[in-house]
Amino acid sequence: MTGRVFALLKRDLARLLLGGRGGGALMPVLFFLSVAMLYPFAVGPDAPLLARTGGGVIWVAALLAAILPLDRLVEPDIEQGQFDQWALRGISEELVIAVRVLAHWLSFGPPLMLATLPAAALLGLEAGTLAIVELGLLAGTPGLAALGVTVAALTAGLRGGTALAGLLVIPMAVPILIFGAGSLAIGGESGLALTAAASLVLLAIAPFAGGAAVRAARG
Amino acid sequence: MQEAKIAIRDLACRRGDRVLFRGLSLALNAGEALQVAGGNGIGKSSLLRIVAGLAPAFAGTVEREGAIGLVDERPALDTSQALGDALAFWARIDGTSQDAAQAARDRLGLADLLDVPVRYLSTGQKKRAALARLIGQAAPLWLLDEPLNGLDVHAVELTEAIVAEHCAGGGIALVASHQPFRIEGLQRLALADFAL
Repeated sequence: MTGRVFALLKRDLARLLLGGRGGGALMPVLFFLSVAMLYPFAVGPDAPLLARTGGGVIWVAALLAAILPLDRLVEPDIEQGQFDQWALRGISEELVIAVRVLAHWLSFGPPLMLATLPAAALLGLEAGTLAIVELGLLAGTPGLAALGVTVAALTAGLRGGTALAGLLVIPMAVPILIFGAGSLAIGGESGLALTAAASLVLLAIAPFAGGAAVRAARG
Repeated sequence: MQEAKIAIRDLACRRGDRVLFRGLSLALNAGEALQVAGGNGIGKSSLLRIVAGLAPAFAGTVEREGAIGLVDERPALDTSQALGDALAFWARIDGTSQDAAQAARDRLGLADLLDVPVRYLSTGQKKRAALARLIGQAAPLWLLDEPLNGLDVHAVELTEAIVAEHCAGGGIALVASHQPFRIEGLQRLALADFAL
């Protein structure tokens, strides 16, 4: 069983992190950095303003970047029959989804946290703010990964599923965004704990909701 | 090889709001092969999916003994990966030994295609790759949905030989196809007899 989990994880990482034609982890990171780069152009070179609002911009950019790979998360495996083949071998949809959440997080969470360093420099964030943004991303991105995979499973096979998935993720990610960006306010450090709590709830639900969605899509 | 048996009793299949067939009963024991024949849309693929447990039966029961290997129109190989990597993934999942996996690839003429991304393969090449995956799985019950689609004359003969060997070794093959499938002792079932 452990061997199968590793085989699944290795395959998911090859698809999501290195990527085939989809560009893997590179596209969300480039998107994230372009937002951080464009923001100062849009609001002007007002250093105090940038430093005050930069943390929030990083959060919004991270949330939107997490939406980019949604169409590659679940749908191709339903279309090409992989989920059927796994089911025949007694590998449950829940296990596959749980592994997929981990792979999805590894392919965008840590890369975004790394990309936050140059983004913070572009926005002129202070070291203290940067540390809280990084901690917040560490607490929040696993929840975004779980949410992304769940919604991708729910919308797999629907016409316009990708656009719908993006629209569904945004409202459900609001708690993570509020607590995560809220932790940047003075005295708001407890927001980090709430971000982590929201993430844990999403992580606990994702395998079951996603697994049920994949089975329902089988019809 | 594990114990192999398929027993279908009084099976009915519904797709959408249409009942495709009903009252279908059959039993297959180790070493037997059955071809389900019939025109397009009569429910051959649906029957195979019900037997595989991937779709619910509208009525009736299916009893199986032994693991199931399925080859249908979807090869279940990652289109972005090279064929060798895509097959290696299934070999790891199925615990296929290196030698067995290589023997299956060589026999199906895939040795020269291992570096080619799956999306560049032809229909017949993907079908052969799916057969290699099926052989590596070492499941006693084979469900083959149109296994000859897209195959050239040589590959058709090869597929028939592989299925015949599988049955000779105590396996069961349930083949859904509108094309003639020539192996010795093959039973035939016309699904049209059970259609409404």
